[in-house]
Amino acid sequence: MTEQPQVPPAQFQSYYGRPILKVTRWREPHLPAYLFLGELSGATAVLGALAAATGRPRLARAGRLFAATAAYAGAGFLTAELGRPERFANMLRVAKPTSPMSMGSWILAAHSGLVTAAAASEVTGRLGRTGAVAGAAAALTGPLLATYPGVLLANTAVPAWHSGYRELPLLFAGGALTSAGAAGLAAVALGSSPAESGPAQRLALVGAAVESVAGFGLEHGLGVAGEPYREGDGGRLLRAARAMTLTGAVAAVAARRSRTAAATAAALLVGGGLCAKFAVLRAGVNSAADPKYVLATQAGQATGPAGRS
Amino acid sequence: MTSSANRLYGRLDDVSGDAGYRAHPQRVGFFTDTSVCIGCKACEVACKEWNGLPEPGPGDLALLGMSYDNTGALGADSWRHVAFVEQEVPASIGPLVAGPDGSLTLNLGQDGAGQDGAGQDAAGSGSSATATRWLMSSDVCKHCTHAACLDVCPTGALVRTEFGTVIVQPDVCNGCAYCVSACPFGVIDRREDDGRAWKCTMCYDRLRGGLEPACAKACPTDSIQFGPLDELRATAQARLAELHEAGVSQARLYGADADDGIGGAGAFFLLLDRPEVYGLPPDPVVTTRDLPAMWRWAGLAAGVVAAGVAVAFTGRRR
Repeated sequence: MTEQPQVPPAQFQSYYGRPILKVTRWREPHLPAYLFLGELSGATAVLGALAAATGRPRLARAGRLFAATAAYAGAGFLTAELGRPERFANMLRVAKPTSPMSMGSWILAAHSGLVTAAAASEVTGRLGRTGAVAGAAAALTGPLLATYPGVLLANTAVPAWHSGYRELPLLFAGGALTSAGAAGLAAVALGSSPAESGPAQRLALVGAAVESVAGFGLEHGLGVAGEPYREGDGGRLLRAARAMTLTGAVAAVAARRSRTAAATAAALLVGGGLCAKFAVLRAGVNSAADPKYVLATQAGQATGPAGRS
Repeated sequence: MTSSANRLYGRLDDVSGDAGYRAHPQRVGFFTDTSVCIGCKACEVACKEWNGLPEPGPGDLALLGMSYDNTGALGADSWRHVAFVEQEVPASIGPLVAGPDGSLTLNLGQDGAGQDGAGQDAAGSGSSATATRWLMSSDVCKHCTHAACLDVCPTGALVRTEFGTVIVQPDVCNGCAYCVSACPFGVIDRREDDGRAWKCTMCYDRLRGGLEPACAKACPTDSIQFGPLDELRATAQARLAELHEAGVSQARLYGADADDGIGGAGAFFLLLDRPEVYGLPPDPVVTTRDLPAMWRWAGLAAGVVAAGVAVAFTGRRR
């Protein structure tokens, strides 16, 4: 006699299947683009500072220019996302520790100022010492800019985001490293000597590893709340992101011998990084739209602070 | 952890004082007793009228085709929403009957099947006899003790008032929509043509003038009661006991516990079924509870970025 399961499949009650939460107002491509550009600016700022410190002037120049350009482009997407873009400056009206967006705005403001000074000094050749100090300071703000969005997304009621508060910052850290690797590889493809590609290659490899581990954690470490990272458009995008990132990392190994390989690797790494950001947004949207995720993550949760469902 | 725990999570008895008001009136709130709601939607209309709320977009004025509810949900232009649930339930928990003196009793049906219904939810009962029941509930912003919308607002547009309620200052809001994703009840939303976030103010202007909010004023059955929160909680406990006495074992309070995940709601409810049946989250927790842990993980991840780049510069010099 075979044993029958004692617990029937979970049956959720809901209000005519309508969402319990509001589906986020954050849009495509603004939010994913901002996340990607923040990673890129953050990591290339560190890249520029370390390249300058270790006597790689061409890589340092590329890092500083990428950091400044990405910071402004990211701020542009962030502003365009607002319902009242002309009130962007209200973001700096208060400094509020309970609001990751407030903290992030201050990080972005500080980082943008520093990378602007470093890039301006690089381009004009003036105030070299000020530029170097600003560039070095941006190596501190950069990693924060790249990873704070993990808190930004997790500090919501959205089940797939809140439950992923350990994995999301790591996913963005991995994306930061691969995007910096892509920037370095692009610099190689565009004219630096392929012999300078060593750091970019290693960035691509380390970043791809971190991003893959974090993505695996989102898919398989969150229980029901991880389902939107495995299924639907969120799941498809995350798998596509991983395929591109890992292929890009492999292509990066060949970049020392071939500019074409460097360009291909850079394109794949950028594509993978962007794709992962779209995956995170779609997973969040899908988890907020279906009441079953709210009910599943709240069923019997009586945990204390920092408890996980 | 104790002091910060109370700032972000847990019991907080003087919410206005915590927000910085030295002298302030008593905390006020709503007790919505859904057992006497008749679904007339006078609250929705009064709210729209008093607050001058626009009609939703042209395509939104439609029949939803699911029940007598065509508002659907709370939103930027609907600050009260009457949920209307039609259920087939075991006859044992079926409809309440009002006696001539106004008291409520349970209709036990002809076979008296209600005897074993105590403690059962609608989903499970041994009896095969069923009855149709209507549940109506006027939903509203919960004005949480620990309000996620207020915590995450980057501009300071969302503030705690002297009455302990939570309001948006429309002249400050820049429409970032963080509050929209942070609210565990799906209450606050951004008005797309105007770009700002809007929600119930508990009629802050009327409170300042010593009046009760428009919805409570308009409610013909006193399903929506307004008053000092302490008094409302006592009223609600008495009403709950009364209903349990009458055999309505499914009656429960929602949002009345100061030790729950949001530190208790300023607008709480007496429900006749599970919260999710009305579209409410069963056990909401303010997201900010986990904020310190989140920042620790982000800090670790920032270290990974810095270390990762540093590692990339070690090794052979090429």
